[in-house]
Amino acid sequence: MALLEAKGVKAYYYVRQGQVKAVDDLDLAIERGITLGLAGESGCGKSTLVNTLMMNVKPPLHLVEGTIVLDGKVISNMDRSTLQKNIWGVLVSLVPQSALNALMPTMSIEGFVKDVIRHHMSVPDSQIISMTKKRFEELNLPVEALSMYPHELSGGMKQRAVIAISTLLNPKLLIVDEPTSALDVCCQKQVLRMLIDLRKTGITQSIVFVTHDIAVLKQIADWITIMYAGKIVESAPTDDLLNDSKHPYTFSLINAVVTPEPEVRKRGLTSIPGEPPNLLDPPKGCRFHPRCPKVMDVCRSVEPTLVKIEGNRIVSCHLFPSES
Amino acid sequence: MLLEVKDLRKAFHVGLIRRKEIVAVDKVSFNVEPKKFISLVGESGSGKTTTAKMILRLVQPTSGSVMFEGKDVWRFKKINELRRYWREVHAIFQDPYASYNPLHKIDRILYQAFNLMEHSDTDRNKMVREALREVGLRPEDVLGKYPHELSGGQRQRIMMARCYMLRPKLIVADEPISMIDASTRAGVLKLFSKLREERNTSVIFITHDLGLAYYVSDEILIMYKGSIVEKGPPDEMMNNPQDSYTKRLREDIPLLYGKWDGF
Repeated sequence: MALLEAKGVKAYYYVRQGQVKAVDDLDLAIERGITLGLAGESGCGKSTLVNTLMMNVKPPLHLVEGTIVLDGKVISNMDRSTLQKNIWGVLVSLVPQSALNALMPTMSIEGFVKDVIRHHMSVPDSQIISMTKKRFEELNLPVEALSMYPHELSGGMKQRAVIAISTLLNPKLLIVDEPTSALDVCCQKQVLRMLIDLRKTGITQSIVFVTHDIAVLKQIADWITIMYAGKIVESAPTDDLLNDSKHPYTFSLINAVVTPEPEVRKRGLTSIPGEPPNLLDPPKGCRFHPRCPKVMDVCRSVEPTLVKIEGNRIVSCHLFPSES
Repeated sequence: MLLEVKDLRKAFHVGLIRRKEIVAVDKVSFNVEPKKFISLVGESGSGKTTTAKMILRLVQPTSGSVMFEGKDVWRFKKINELRRYWREVHAIFQDPYASYNPLHKIDRILYQAFNLMEHSDTDRNKMVREALREVGLRPEDVLGKYPHELSGGQRQRIMMARCYMLRPKLIVADEPISMIDASTRAGVLKLFSKLREERNTSVIFITHDLGLAYYVSDEILIMYKGSIVEKGPPDEMMNNPQDSYTKRLREDIPLLYGKWDGF
């Protein structure tokens, strides 16, 4: 059984102007022992999706429909206090965007760790500290950092410390939202290496990595899911997706990546024309049709469904009609 | 020679009682010729932004000089000289949101550009619209809106539209695309190249990503701890780096078709 299974999830923001359909009727399964890359442009609903997957929904965001099963437990109907006690940090951890700013400026890292762990269990401080030290050593982080204050650490170090702290209780699923977007290329590599170590050492079973940079996913993800305007458009193993993308959006997204490689130099610099749609009023039919280079008449009126092609790959596009 | 940077040095002093000197930039010299694309590459804290600020007259150097068309930019005597400098040298910063006043519509920042122009008899509306179209924006999509209603890519494109109107001789771009989506990065990067081809604009492009600099530069300068450690044409930097820091920078670029060692 998959570690996390979400079915028919609809997560809307209720605002004055109506409903922002940030996640609309979406199914997703996260298998055990994989790193799943979730990619898409800003505003496609990827951050909303990962927050919904761990049931971190606060007004104006509402889970309108759908069930979420995490490690055999239905979490979509749990209330916030149960989630806080039994699920978050224990079964699933989320490292949100710019989490490196989550550290308390007036508290040493050690103090911060104590504060966090006390919320989950009652153990003596000395035990918390020895546990954290051990974990920092396991992940090749300098133990001295524990007695330092956030301003004494570099951005990359802060981000790694935050990830190490959020996995202290060995959550089975770790969700990281754009963990490297604010970092330099050199710090980025260290953070990615640490995520790999987290899975190697068995601290976490699966990782969901949210980003808009597909080149980063090539390095660490086993499987990539592409989102557009609140929907999944394609999902496939990393190499299959990069070398043989099916959905026109995936193709444009990959072509927009700039890396110093001969393949990229040959195709030149391209970007996707236009802007992602306003989710208050998404386009009819396929949501990508106003920007799609291969748009057909059917795309403007009929919404495509996710179909299975070539093994486990799925794609949602009229170019790949379902067999039935 | 358009811009000559000579032995630039900036030291910051910290502490009240025990004074400590932090050297942010040291012995930085380079030249920018017309129609040249120069990239300053380095990690955060390497002094690349301080260098840019000294060129833009935002931070006064401790020693050394910045010469623009033969004149020291820190020794302008007349206000007209300064105004001319503002017109000829345009800055684009990392966070496009911070360049706008959130209380004013974005039209204002475009129309303000006319204050710097010499001939103001041109058809302003037409010029703004043309500039917006040049950078790939539809005027009706952006005019009349507030900065928060636009995406990061759109905001950065509007800064580029200003460049099209003012036609500066030099653009100093400090991490202009690191905060915008990967899908629109290439588009904004291409605008710089287009501006250079059509208007002979020179660009000083500051980034931490050697991969981006590789595509658009004529020359790459690698900065580390306040000094330039290596410089040369992009192909040489990529294929045959000499300095150990350049080698590391090169290895840290995420690749789309190749994998890192040990990943």
